[in-house]
Amino acid sequence: MARVILQSELARRYTGGQATLTIVAPDYSSLIAELERRYPGLMAAIGAHTAVAIDGEIFHDPLHEPIAADSEVHFMPLIGGG
Amino acid sequence: MGNEPKIFTKTYKWVGTRPVRPDGVDKVMGRAAFGADYQLPGMLFGAVVRSPHAHARIKSIDTSAALKLPGVHAAVTAADFPDLPSEVSAGGEAPVNFRHVSLNVIARDKVLYEGHAVAAVAATSPGLAAEAAALVTVDYEVLPHVIDVLEAMQPDAPVLHDDLYTSGVDPRPTTASNVAARTGFTLGDTAQGFAAAEVIVEREFKTEAVHQGYIEPHAAVATYAADGMATIWCTSQGQFMVREFTAKLLGMDISAIRVIPSEIGGGFGGKTTVYIEPLAVALAKKSGRPVKLVMSRVEVFKATGPTSGAWIKVKVGAKRDGKLTAGEMVLKYQAGAFPGSPATLGGMTGFAPYDIENASAECWDVVSNRPKCAAYRAPGAPMAAFGVESVLDELAQKLGMCPLELRMKNAAKAGTRALYGPKFLDIGYAETLTAAQVHPHWSMPLGPHQGRGIASGFWFNVGGPSSAAIHINEDGTAEVVTGNPDIGGSRASMALMAAEVLGIDYAKVKPMIGDTGQIAYSFLTGGSRVTFATGKAVCEAADATIAELKKRAAKLWKIDGQHVEWRDGQAWSTLDDGTDRAPLPLAKIAANASKTGGPISGAVSINAAGAGPGFGTHICDVEVDPETGGVTVLRYTAIQDVGRAIHPAYVEGQLQGGAAQGIGWALNEEYVYDAKGRLQNASVLDYRMPVASDLPMIDTVLVEVPNPGHPFGVRGVGEVPIVPPLAAVANAVSRATGVRIDALPISPPRLLKKLVDAGKV
Amino acid sequence: MAKHHVSMTVNGEPVEFLCETQQTLLDVLRDELELTGTKEGCGTGDCGACSVMLDGRLVCSCLVLGVETEGRHIETIEGVAQGSELHPIQQQLLEDAALQCGICTPGIVVAAKALLEQNLNPTETEVRYWLAGNLCRCTGYDKIVRSVMNAAAKMREEA
Repeated sequence: MARVILQSELARRYTGGQATLTIVAPDYSSLIAELERRYPGLMAAIGAHTAVAIDGEIFHDPLHEPIAADSEVHFMPLIGGG
Repeated sequence: MGNEPKIFTKTYKWVGTRPVRPDGVDKVMGRAAFGADYQLPGMLFGAVVRSPHAHARIKSIDTSAALKLPGVHAAVTAADFPDLPSEVSAGGEAPVNFRHVSLNVIARDKVLYEGHAVAAVAATSPGLAAEAAALVTVDYEVLPHVIDVLEAMQPDAPVLHDDLYTSGVDPRPTTASNVAARTGFTLGDTAQGFAAAEVIVEREFKTEAVHQGYIEPHAAVATYAADGMATIWCTSQGQFMVREFTAKLLGMDISAIRVIPSEIGGGFGGKTTVYIEPLAVALAKKSGRPVKLVMSRVEVFKATGPTSGAWIKVKVGAKRDGKLTAGEMVLKYQAGAFPGSPATLGGMTGFAPYDIENASAECWDVVSNRPKCAAYRAPGAPMAAFGVESVLDELAQKLGMCPLELRMKNAAKAGTRALYGPKFLDIGYAETLTAAQVHPHWSMPLGPHQGRGIASGFWFNVGGPSSAAIHINEDGTAEVVTGNPDIGGSRASMALMAAEVLGIDYAKVKPMIGDTGQIAYSFLTGGSRVTFATGKAVCEAADATIAELKKRAAKLWKIDGQHVEWRDGQAWSTLDDGTDRAPLPLAKIAANASKTGGPISGAVSINAAGAGPGFGTHICDVEVDPETGGVTVLRYTAIQDVGRAIHPAYVEGQLQGGAAQGIGWALNEEYVYDAKGRLQNASVLDYRMPVASDLPMIDTVLVEVPNPGHPFGVRGVGEVPIVPPLAAVANAVSRATGVRIDALPISPPRLLKKLVDAGKV
Repeated sequence: MAKHHVSMTVNGEPVEFLCETQQTLLDVLRDELELTGTKEGCGTGDCGACSVMLDGRLVCSCLVLGVETEGRHIETIEGVAQGSELHPIQQQLLEDAALQCGICTPGIVVAAKALLEQNLNPTETEVRYWLAGNLCRCTGYDKIVRSVMNAAAKMREEA
């Protein structure tokens, strides 16, 4: 089961403080669908304009990126640069 | 994950060499066309009317006197632009609120900083345009203003936006304030971490707003035809950004605008948004003639950039052996007139070089009556690193420990969890520390009033949408087209990578930068992404071209494509059927292209993932003059994990330039305001960026821990080198004087006062 | 406002132009004579991007008025190379990768050439102080200073 790790602020508001969520999902799009089903409002709070780290690799605007059974997923602010 | 990083040993024919850049001759001869170098027949010259006040309500704008002047053809105000709703769009990597961009380009109801644009005019000469601008009368109701970030956060501070409510706090505020947002990151339990600490260091820091300082002011020429099509020639870090932002601000279709990028005379993040381009199009539309707008240096200082000044508090706890147990950071960053400071990025980057189990960052984005901040090299990171790296230096002193050893003991490695969440993959931070330790600079003796500082820094590096097309010419030479302005030698890197993959000579590869109609979308030249992401697109375009070349070779040989291999710029038959087939060189396949199906090319567009984070460590020696407070940088060494240097000389240049900018930030540069909120030093002379006689040679060490996410192992290199210098310089001054530096810039009067207050002189 | 008629030479060639009183030599070069190799970075004589030679003297062309140049001899970046043959300083800057964005480069070339014409063996300090009026925000000056010294060394060998 993949682990989704939320920043404590989000966890406090949407998951009853649970920062580490375990989810079975083959890819990113099904992962967020499952998150939204379990915690209505969570994905809206994370926002459309977010980056995602899957096992340490950062994706901007992912859709069907594969998620492995032991993957770790983090949501991050979008990063630009100078 | 968790593999030991290896120093790169593979050698290539072209990658890693230092040939002359393809655009070099034009640039040393003055032939390269920068933003202000374009002229069109019948062209008018524009001038922008700007606010003399830091904060005021616009009661009325009257352009009639200006328009009566013979030779004045158009005037525009906010009334000529759509009143955009407040909504955040993706805008590429960083979210963009186009209402704010629009209001920054031309003020609607209020001016929010001195220099804020309120109107623009176009006339037959620059002199006449200036005269016309002076005839535009604006009736202002001057409002109280606020400049300082902490003052702007006070409940009784003058409020800039009556619809701005702090996001990220519970409960959501019911009154508007200047505090745009609070964000935060937590790892482990800091209370527990500090309880376990045997030594704790805590300190507050302050940095001033500084400008990117590119030597080329913003410049644009625009035309607008009766069919509604606009063309813009301009300097920017992204022609596609200019097209998208201008379309949005003017309510046009993206396809109605073509943006032709000029050469860019420096940007450093400051040319990642629009200022004058939509004004030039609006003036061209009204006048029916081409319009050129070029900013003066004063306008550049007052109305573009800078990056945030910041107030930062850092607290770290450690065991007596130097192992960090906890770290805590509070960051309050100036956003300027509209929300969007890089405070969050400061919070994400400050502790990134270190393996700290318990850490937190609390980041505040605060508006005040200053120009809206723009990206500047590793946005937000240098100020946070100034705080963290200074506190670590103090901790090392308290522990009686070598500051390099303290960092080594806590260095992040592959598998270390960053405060912002994920675990690092292959990174080369520890390798930069080892390189520092063995560098002769580290053990050079110091004289009286001299001190040595060390500091590290981190930047994520990014990828993103990138396109590349390779066209094989009839004689076997190649064009490589990309969509990213070449800000520091990237044409050379693109050509080197294409030559390497195709297997042909660097001299036979001609890189060019396409306009928005000539190449598919490519995100900004910024975030240290071009050599990585666009380079990746070039490598993939070369692969696609090779696939096509192999097909054509198979056709010429009348064999199946699976029996063709590509090596050293030639097709080789692997078919063992008794026929001897001499390898087909690229030029020969190209010469027969029409016989085998037409021109040969390969084009790809990707959303590049797999950017490799970068880490750097800098060593700085200074000498302090106790009589004047003057600081001289004696020696400077910049060490960085660059993944793989495609053109090492230009990589060294990035390290040297970033270090120089950071030294300026540390020692001299700052925005100085008077009591009325007017900028007092809006000239190059008074702002005082480093000049050649201020600096020593800047030695560089390129550590190469390959990034697995790029075919040649490239990591972005441009951002990291501005992160360590603030603290490297400050730590050197602290050690030279025995007085801890907690505010920048360390200008002579400030340092002298500090030394006098501490009883040191 | 009547324009002024001015005659001068640019890179050895006689030119005539009309200019307004407030137009600088830099404005004239760029806007009237279409010699855009000379760059404007500040307009106040602080950045050196507009460096030209005026009767053999290095000046910021933004600090000279067009009307002041009557009968004077101007040399600009466009006149530094002999046709398509680069001056040794230009060649050396390329070989040493001593430019990044390239906007300051014309001014650096003109200023460095002026230095080497009076001192073909400058120390690092002499190069740094001579070029202190030419701002570069990209390179940190390291490669520029080395390159000027390398060019000087090559020119000494050839002299």
